[in-house]
Amino acid sequence: MSALAQAAVAPAAAEGTENQRPTRRGWVAYLLLLPGVLWLVVFFLLPLVQLAAVSLQSRYPGFPGYYYRDVNLEWYATALTDYAPHFARSFLYAGLATLLAFLISYPLAYAMAFKAGRWRNLMLICVIAPFFTSFILRTFAWSQILADEGWVVRLLETLQLVPGGQLINTPVAVVAGLTYNFLPFMVLPIYASLERADPRVIEAGGDLYASGLTTFRTVTLPMSMPGVLAGTLLTFIPAAGDFVNMELLGPQRGKMVGNVINDQFLTVPGGYPLAAALSFTLMAAILVMVFLYVRRFGTEELV
Amino acid sequence: MSARGAWRWVADHFAMIAAVAALLYLFLPVAYTLVFSFNDHGRSNIVWEGFTLEHWQDPCGVPGVCSSLVTSLQVAALSTLVATVLGTMMALAMVRYRYRGRSASNMLVFVPMATPEIVLGAALLTIFVQGFNDIGLDLGFATIVFAHIMFCLSFVVVTVKARIQSLDPRIEEAAQDLYASPAQTFRTVTLPLILPGILGAAMLAFSLSFDDFIITNFVSGNESTFPKFVYVSSRRGIPAEANVIGFSMFVIAVALVVGAQALRSVRVPKEQ
Repeated sequence: MSALAQAAVAPAAAEGTENQRPTRRGWVAYLLLLPGVLWLVVFFLLPLVQLAAVSLQSRYPGFPGYYYRDVNLEWYATALTDYAPHFARSFLYAGLATLLAFLISYPLAYAMAFKAGRWRNLMLICVIAPFFTSFILRTFAWSQILADEGWVVRLLETLQLVPGGQLINTPVAVVAGLTYNFLPFMVLPIYASLERADPRVIEAGGDLYASGLTTFRTVTLPMSMPGVLAGTLLTFIPAAGDFVNMELLGPQRGKMVGNVINDQFLTVPGGYPLAAALSFTLMAAILVMVFLYVRRFGTEELV
Repeated sequence: MSARGAWRWVADHFAMIAAVAALLYLFLPVAYTLVFSFNDHGRSNIVWEGFTLEHWQDPCGVPGVCSSLVTSLQVAALSTLVATVLGTMMALAMVRYRYRGRSASNMLVFVPMATPEIVLGAALLTIFVQGFNDIGLDLGFATIVFAHIMFCLSFVVVTVKARIQSLDPRIEEAAQDLYASPAQTFRTVTLPLILPGILGAAMLAFSLSFDDFIITNFVSGNESTFPKFVYVSSRRGIPAEANVIGFSMFVIAVALVVGAQALRSVRVPKEQ
């Protein structure tokens, strides 16, 4: 659902900037900004600062679970060594889910933008509608769909496609769940950028004797790049930090970094400093990836 | 039919076939949610055991399910209201005014959206437990609302901003040329024009808040919201009453969206 606005938003926002130079000056702007900015400072920036402080704390010798303020990078060292496999899994599964979501989303967005005609709005509602059912209910439904006795496993077994005869509690199920859960975040931005594209430009490709595939590769795909960019970010970021899919669909061992952060915070006594260091490492890694990615593929301002 | 025509025919239908398949895939878990709302289950609602209407007759029959739903609705309504007002104000300032610190305010709005929810939740929990409870703020309803306002705010700003940017500023200038005061211009020209954007943003905020689990799980203490109720009970099998509620929310939301669309196409027949 959030993708709905994102779709409406990300490309459209970049559009208006040229003829929309802000003209007015004055204190009214600060007055309008103040409450929202204050809110973000108190409930976003300050908590991050506190989290950073916690990630640098040291243990009180002799008092397990007690910490004092310090600048101690030990937790980051632990996060980067002991939990490297968890980070690797998070980024691998999120990356695979993003790729799969892209492959499923592109034809859907393409059909909605160019082929659907009067069915377009209906299809748009169909993309958004499933997301009004609680995402935990839907993820749980996947655990039923992929269950050992379910029709999916039986079908794949007959086709000799699942060697172990099991999908649930495997990484495959986790990637499937991640792909499913963040799919509209991919569909809607791609749809929004395709919808704004002029179909005549694509026709021109055909008129100039480009094959369908060439037209797609050289005209359609580049035109949809802003949407693809926004979609991959909106899929990858929540997928990399997710722990619910792993918890409901994944194996007991081989968790993702989100599960470790969650457990360290909520069930391990005195787990805060490590969890804070893991959170910061995750956030930093994602921001670096986003930055490099946007610099490599992005042409316009994202927000 | 030329080879190119044949290829194009296949390509056209490929997109549509793939699209329909993708939509079926999207609806499959929703169908399961519906089917299992009729399951005459024993202790756990995981495998099909028989048909009953019992859960639909008494959706509140399981302790905690309706109270958590009410909490979720209250949280979503409050967070939506505050986030929409604050976010619209910010969006107006960011599009229409020149001020110092523009890029800083853009960053402040963008970075929360690029931060994984688990990090937001962890940071909020840390400060709620280690800082704000000294001033008497314990984990519970209030902390959930504060957190939800925070993560809804950025989405509201971005949505409303896009709407304001798509407006022609000359319409407002015209109003001013006709001697409307800034307040009159805002009330009679700007606000009606950006209202669809504001309503869209509010709907988005409501659904984000209503369905949030990860951040809520960190900051809720003993308070239970609907997603938290479902998650906690998922270990034993979610009671079918939760399926009834989940599917009903789906039907209500779809009806609202379809209704809004129908209303808009009646009022603006020429649009699109």
